[in-house]
Amino acid sequence: MDVRHVAKLAHLEITEDEVALYTPQMAEIVKYVEQLNELDTENVVPMLGGLTAEGEATVTVRDDVPKASLGQKAALSQAPSAVEGHFQVPKVL
Amino acid sequence: MSVLAKTKEVLAEAERLNPQLNNFLSIEHEASLEKAAYLDSVPAERPMHGRAIAVKDNICTRGMRTSCGSRILENYKAHYDATAVERLNAAGAIVIGKTNLDEFAMGSSNENSAFGTVKNPWDVTRVPGGSSGGSAVAVASGVVRAALGSETGGSVRQPASLCGVVGLKVTYGRISRYGLVAFASSLDSIGIFGGSANDAADVLTVIAGRDARDSTSADVAVPDYAATLENEIKGKRIGVPRALFGEGIEPDVRDAVEKSIDNFRSLGCEIVDVELPHAKYGIAVYYIIATAEASSNLARFDGVRYGFRAEDTHKLREMYFKTREEGFGEEVKRRIMLGTYVLSSGYYDAYYSKAQKVRALIKKDYVAAFEKCDAILTPTSPTVAFEIGERTSDPLAMYLSDIYTVSANLAGVPGISIPCGLSSEGLPIGTQLVGNFWSEAELLNFAHVYETAYPLNARPRIFAG
Repeated sequence: MDVRHVAKLAHLEITEDEVALYTPQMAEIVKYVEQLNELDTENVVPMLGGLTAEGEATVTVRDDVPKASLGQKAALSQAPSAVEGHFQVPKVL
Repeated sequence: MSVLAKTKEVLAEAERLNPQLNNFLSIEHEASLEKAAYLDSVPAERPMHGRAIAVKDNICTRGMRTSCGSRILENYKAHYDATAVERLNAAGAIVIGKTNLDEFAMGSSNENSAFGTVKNPWDVTRVPGGSSGGSAVAVASGVVRAALGSETGGSVRQPASLCGVVGLKVTYGRISRYGLVAFASSLDSIGIFGGSANDAADVLTVIAGRDARDSTSADVAVPDYAATLENEIKGKRIGVPRALFGEGIEPDVRDAVEKSIDNFRSLGCEIVDVELPHAKYGIAVYYIIATAEASSNLARFDGVRYGFRAEDTHKLREMYFKTREEGFGEEVKRRIMLGTYVLSSGYYDAYYSKAQKVRALIKKDYVAAFEKCDAILTPTSPTVAFEIGERTSDPLAMYLSDIYTVSANLAGVPGISIPCGLSSEGLPIGTQLVGNFWSEAELLNFAHVYETAYPLNARPRIFAG
């Protein structure tokens, strides 16, 4: 596994020390999970989530009625940088 | 005694023991005393009137810090209560503090917290288990009678076992996940620690049930879980999957769990053989599905809307990369990368699809086994509490701590860890019962009858009062 490439996909700027740490560890874990290949799963229907039959049967739709939202002040109150009602970030380009 | 006087005592004990145990990340004096004074001014008619509760710090509490044990959320204060917390508050309970955990609930020892390791009150050189170690310790040390934790692969049952308390993992959909910071959404559930099965039952009765804000919470009736604790367990069938009692179990754990089987037999239960042929693949399936979901869920932590942002960055992408690099700890980054890898182009079918299929086989095993028994008994953890530092350099060895617990999360069934003895070194051991879907009342009934007949009769070295 190319740990540097995976880190880039995951938006992590990892260090050389981390590459040295993670490379053998992740190789070992990936090798461990590959034991699943000894099972023939050709005709198995995959389990996509955790829902029980009762969970599947639960009605989750509601009437489409507007409700009060969090509001701009509260939504911005935890931001590391907020200016004039907006989240502020460094230059995109 | 007034609620106020009692709450003052609880807060004082939490404060006194915390320097030794490091299990609370925040202790909420002001809010707790205010609530206590209010409760003293109204009739004591609510089900949890004045009862002190500790809450894992990945469960949102309005106006209190919810750090997830992570630097990236160090100063985060939620705008809302999790549904479970809201229901506890409405029932008259008092959230006295937020408890330490492995960062984003990723770990089995609590050593992955950005705010230091939690110590086991039975032996402070040992881990309390994880990831809900702080909540387990809050109950084990006698500060509170009940605490909320969360489960993704055993994060309530395993620390309950290592700390000598009751730990309940519920059926997927039993308790709303609204306000529980997501780790692996198809596996996560809020769980409960109790000083006894009764303590856990009281909390479950209040917090269980459908919640429109969590579409995965199921519309299934909520009984009074305390009402059936004393039911007869004579004639109930307990399944024992002997093939799972193989290598890797410490002799003391094996002896104590075998004794618990004998004890259930003495209580009139019938012990039957069952098979869970795919359970041995549980850890492999778990570390694909849980990391895949985590890599997606944790993408939201990017330094824009809340939490930590790296300093001195000049471009957006650079800010994302540095914020996540500096904000997340070692294990969280390892899991995000594993999850990113198993979902990446060219590998998705080999890992993620394969794991979803084996997950289906694991669930099928349980469905078949529950045709032959009412609950399945195994150890909760193959070992007693291990030494701090013993497994930190070997992630795979740490992952195997959850060998007996992950399958229940994958299948969505409930489970409970019940204290069943002490090792020769005086460390607690848990026996685990896994039940069929929606069988929490039966599991609590088993636990209550067991602990009444075979109480632990021992206390940790560090204890309140």
